[in-house]
Amino acid sequence: MQNQIHSDLPMISIRGLCISFGSLQVLNGIDLDVWKGENMIVLGRSGSGKSVLIKLLAGLLKPDSGSMEMLGKKVETLDSKSLDALRLRLGFSFQSSALYDSMDVGGNLEFPLTMNIKNLSRKEIDLAVDEVLEAVGLQDKKHQMPAELSGGQRKRVGVARTLIMKPEIMLYDEPTGGLDPITSNEINELILEVQERYKTTSIIITHDLTCARNTGNRIAMLLDGKFVRIGTFDEVFDGSDERINGFYAYNFIQ
Amino acid sequence: MSVGGSGQKGSLSLADRFGELGAGVYDAWMFVLRFFREAFVPPWHFKELLRQCYMVGYMSLPLISLTGFVTGIVFTKQSRPSLESFGATSWLPSLIAIAVIRALAPLVTALICAGKVGSNIGAELGSMKVSEQIEAMEVSAINPFKYLVVTRTLACTLMIPVLVMYSAFVGLIGSYFNVHANEATSLISYFQDAFSTITFLDLWSSAAKSFVYGFTVGIVGCYKGFRASKGTQGVGLAANSAVVTGMFLVFMEEIVLVQMINWIRFY
Ligand SMILES: Nc1ncnc2c1ncn2[C@@H]1O[C@H](COP(=O)(O)OP(=O)(O)OP(=O)(O)O)[C@@H](O)[C@H]1O
Ligand SMILES: [Mg+2]
Repeated sequence: MQNQIHSDLPMISIRGLCISFGSLQVLNGIDLDVWKGENMIVLGRSGSGKSVLIKLLAGLLKPDSGSMEMLGKKVETLDSKSLDALRLRLGFSFQSSALYDSMDVGGNLEFPLTMNIKNLSRKEIDLAVDEVLEAVGLQDKKHQMPAELSGGQRKRVGVARTLIMKPEIMLYDEPTGGLDPITSNEINELILEVQERYKTTSIIITHDLTCARNTGNRIAMLLDGKFVRIGTFDEVFDGSDERINGFYAYNFIQ
Repeated sequence: MSVGGSGQKGSLSLADRFGELGAGVYDAWMFVLRFFREAFVPPWHFKELLRQCYMVGYMSLPLISLTGFVTGIVFTKQSRPSLESFGATSWLPSLIAIAVIRALAPLVTALICAGKVGSNIGAELGSMKVSEQIEAMEVSAINPFKYLVVTRTLACTLMIPVLVMYSAFVGLIGSYFNVHANEATSLISYFQDAFSTITFLDLWSSAAKSFVYGFTVGIVGCYKGFRASKGTQGVGLAANSAVVTGMFLVFMEEIVLVQMINWIRFY
């Protein structure tokens, strides 16, 4: 998967993005373009601001300065109504899965659907739920509560819940974090299948180089609040940058 | 720029502490105003509102039955000796009715609900906040304030007055048990005695107080939950401070409202 997808249409375009919390400067001038249909990996150490970056993109946080354009809309300038319209075209898969504890898997999946589209028939809802459950391979878990699922299954339900709105852009926050290699691999395949089946453009946050190599078209390396390298896996890990080499070596010694 | 509150602690000067307190009060006040901005604009989540009414109202019935009954019977037992010394035990029903309807039922019910319902809401919304479920709603273009805060606060505002009425009724029944055991009064004449001194203002002011307490318990629980800090510790703190703040505010409101009602009464 090293082929570079490049059209003249960036789906996500970030310029000079900065954010700080109190005295802590987390992002300090982020520039990034993600092209249509591309899986962009964001690598970086724990606490480097990866989750903050995609929360900014989804309008959950406000930047101090800089601009973010998603699907042709300037995120930071949108009022709440247009922001919601944009969010309906985004899928956000949380690091913690963020499933609604009080609802079963089916309830979790239909919640965004029934809340945003009125007057759907029971049959239409069930059809949509079954389709995404099938896409993530959890048909038999529809009536289980989130507390009864394993970490990997929760991640997949989280992805399914975003797929039900047929998103054009997917934001994955550590989809393989804390999972064993086999489950991680299943998630990687799921990400590729989503890219293929739903024609999504994605940003995938990870520390996991296997995930990065298998699912990413390009990789952006976040260090000290900036992207120090953006390119294909081999371009980024060409051994020329000491700080990146450390990341690489550590990952494969594990 | 943080959207949630920051949880920084350390050695703060007195001025900093006052500044922090001021910012906290301002933030809470904005939260209350937001309720009024959002509650009256569609979309409304009636199904969730009904579910919350069930949780707040129906699920509290056993506890309120018990506390209402015990309050009524104990208060009667305690008041009996002092009235007996004047040979005025026939005044017991009306005395108890005034005490229960004007003061005891609203206050006791509100405090019980601050404990039971307030902590419940604080813990539920706190854990939703900490586990990013509230953000998950936002990115699904669902307004979590409308779906979670408006429904829960409305449910408390509507159901706690009902619980207060119910508690007053159960309290009078409890009191009747004691009166009946000593004076063999019939239930009908007991209630006739009890309500003979109750005025329209008593009922009305008791209901008004209950609405205020219900709103307070609901909005405080929601506010503390929404402002829970990250980590499981934050959930416990949110539930705890929902109870403490809720009870404190109910007492403060009681002082102010009783004063206002007395002005009206003697006007
Ligand atoms: N709402 C917030 N308020 C204050 N500080 C925050 C907030 N969100 C994030 N931070 C800080 O920003 C920094 C980056 O956090 P972030 O969650 O983006 O890290 P990350 O790169 O996703 O790490 P991980 O790989 O562990 O998930 C951290 O130091 C964190 O403490
Ligand atoms: Mg993160």
